[in-house]
Amino acid sequence: MKDLVIIGGGPAGMSAAIAAYESGLRDILILERDEHLGGILQQCIHNGFGLHKFGEELTGPEYAWKYEKKIIDLGIEYKLNTMVLSVSENKVVTATNSTDGIFQIKAKAIILAMGCRERSKGALNIAGSRPAGIFSAGTAQKYVNMKGYLPGKNIVILGSGDIGLIMARRMTLEGAKVHAVCELMPYSGGLARNIEQCLNDFGIPLKLSHTIIQIHGKDRVEGVTIAEVDGNRKPIPGTEEYIACDTILFSVGLIPENELSQSANVSLSRITNGAVVDQDRQTSVEGVFACGNVLHVHDLVDYVSDEAEIAGKAAVEYINKNTDAELQIVLKTDGKIRYTVPQVITKKKDVAVYFRVSNIYKNVVIKVTDGDKLILSKKKIKVAPGEMESVALKKEMLENVKELCFSLEEV
Amino acid sequence: MERKLTCIICPLGCELTVQLEDKEILDISGHTCPRGKAYAEAECTAPTRTLTTTVRCSDGSLVPVKTQTPIPKEKMSECMEILNGVTAALPLAIGDVIVEDVFGSKVVATQNKP
Ligand SMILES: Cc1cc2nc3c(=O)[nH]c(=O)nc-3n(C[C@H](O)[C@H](O)[C@H](O)COP(=O)(O)OP(=O)(O)OC[C@H]3O[C@@H](n4cnc5c(N)ncnc54)[C@H](O)[C@@H]3O)c2cc1C
Ligand code: SF4
Repeated sequence: MKDLVIIGGGPAGMSAAIAAYESGLRDILILERDEHLGGILQQCIHNGFGLHKFGEELTGPEYAWKYEKKIIDLGIEYKLNTMVLSVSENKVVTATNSTDGIFQIKAKAIILAMGCRERSKGALNIAGSRPAGIFSAGTAQKYVNMKGYLPGKNIVILGSGDIGLIMARRMTLEGAKVHAVCELMPYSGGLARNIEQCLNDFGIPLKLSHTIIQIHGKDRVEGVTIAEVDGNRKPIPGTEEYIACDTILFSVGLIPENELSQSANVSLSRITNGAVVDQDRQTSVEGVFACGNVLHVHDLVDYVSDEAEIAGKAAVEYINKNTDAELQIVLKTDGKIRYTVPQVITKKKDVAVYFRVSNIYKNVVIKVTDGDKLILSKKKIKVAPGEMESVALKKEMLENVKELCFSLEEV
Repeated sequence: MERKLTCIICPLGCELTVQLEDKEILDISGHTCPRGKAYAEAECTAPTRTLTTTVRCSDGSLVPVKTQTPIPKEKMSECMEILNGVTAALPLAIGDVIVEDVFGSKVVATQNKP
């Protein structure tokens, strides 16, 4: 029996553990399948982490170390090389490692912090066989940054997510030639700063509304045919262009890793692919919380840490039995806003609501309404799908509210 | 002349506009904070970047490193060449200096290695 079991020792799991400790809990255990704490950050050796949390620009491993050191200093227990196999609805965690074999732990509360994985190229329908030389951008990142192995010399990248942009720069610095980054959408999914410092700095072309329509080569990639796409994302005949290359990187998005959540019967959102949660990041199963990329994909680790602190604190409140629901407000969206996290509010307290939009919009007002009543509005010069937004709801605003609709109006 | 820039100092990525006459900066707008203004000034006079990469260790493994302060942007590939010829002695702690001076900056380890 444990008070709190945290699954995943990435930034989310570590922040949640520290927040729970600081809320007075001592009986905490982190289970991590990798040989180190820190999650995906250990392979993100570029800088740009921690500006919001620490006011300084850190690399991924440096950001991770801030938390790892605290875990060690506080004496919070963790097990590495330990894979969680399943979680049951009554909060029994089944895990395995080479010293303990298969073991079970009953927990009073569980925090799911398993992160996300990259969408696989198999999910994309591109003509041609599958020769060697096709990698996800994250896999290439691991090869280059942790193993010192450059996957190829002449590269085309499909998808302009941040990991793809970061890898365009990294491979260029290591001596490869990145011929193009093709993005199916008319806008990039990555941060503006990464387009500037990872592509423009090196003269790498970003081809918006372009995709790869054919992969050439039998044993090894020899080239790709790319084409421009129309408004329905269909290739436009006559726009085809052949680019010789030996390697293709895919950076086409991330998906929360929720097999364990499903084993625990946690309800998942079809939009985020993560759990449906309340303001405390509690899932549909009482005492089971979720935070970080397993809940919804974040672009900035700083917000992962913030969210995990909420979950860590709330898990302690739950264990101390201070969790009666006071209300039941469902958060809805208008489609221009794709989703919110949380999706429900059950307590009268200040709540930061995070959301993403479905397209690039300029000069907008974000409105939060209850029927005809305007609860809150916020102006933005620009919103984009690649950048998470938030609004802060004050607890007074939740008085007598039944439902909150999040909408976006162009002005 | 007007020059448009995207500020890379923080993830907000403000769009900056710089009014230039020859090399002289007349006006900077679009920044949300003073760091953006400083970035625009540097970008139009002497652009710099922090370089992050890896260096081989004495046991053959890799350690991630960064330039402690930004270096001139056009020196990045030269700096890569220098660092490709370096072997770092273990153990290493975050912040340990691996190279004393490349283009005005120290190169430091960004991960602990036993
Ligand atoms: C390839 C890649 C590159 C990225 N680059 C950046 C970047 O440059 N900047 C940025 O801000 N964000 C980046 N991100 C987003 C980044 O993932 C988040 O900022 C942050 O790392 C998310 O933290 P997390 O703890 O939710 O997930 P993770 O860091 O993924 O940690 C999850 C942890 O859970 C463990 N785990 C999963 N399943 C199990 C199981 N069954 N049993 C035990 N342990 C388990 C994993 O091993 C992992 O250590 C990147 C993401 C990916 C995938
Ligand atoms: S101007 Fe300031 S707020 Fe805007 S991107 Fe630059 S550093 Fe960030």
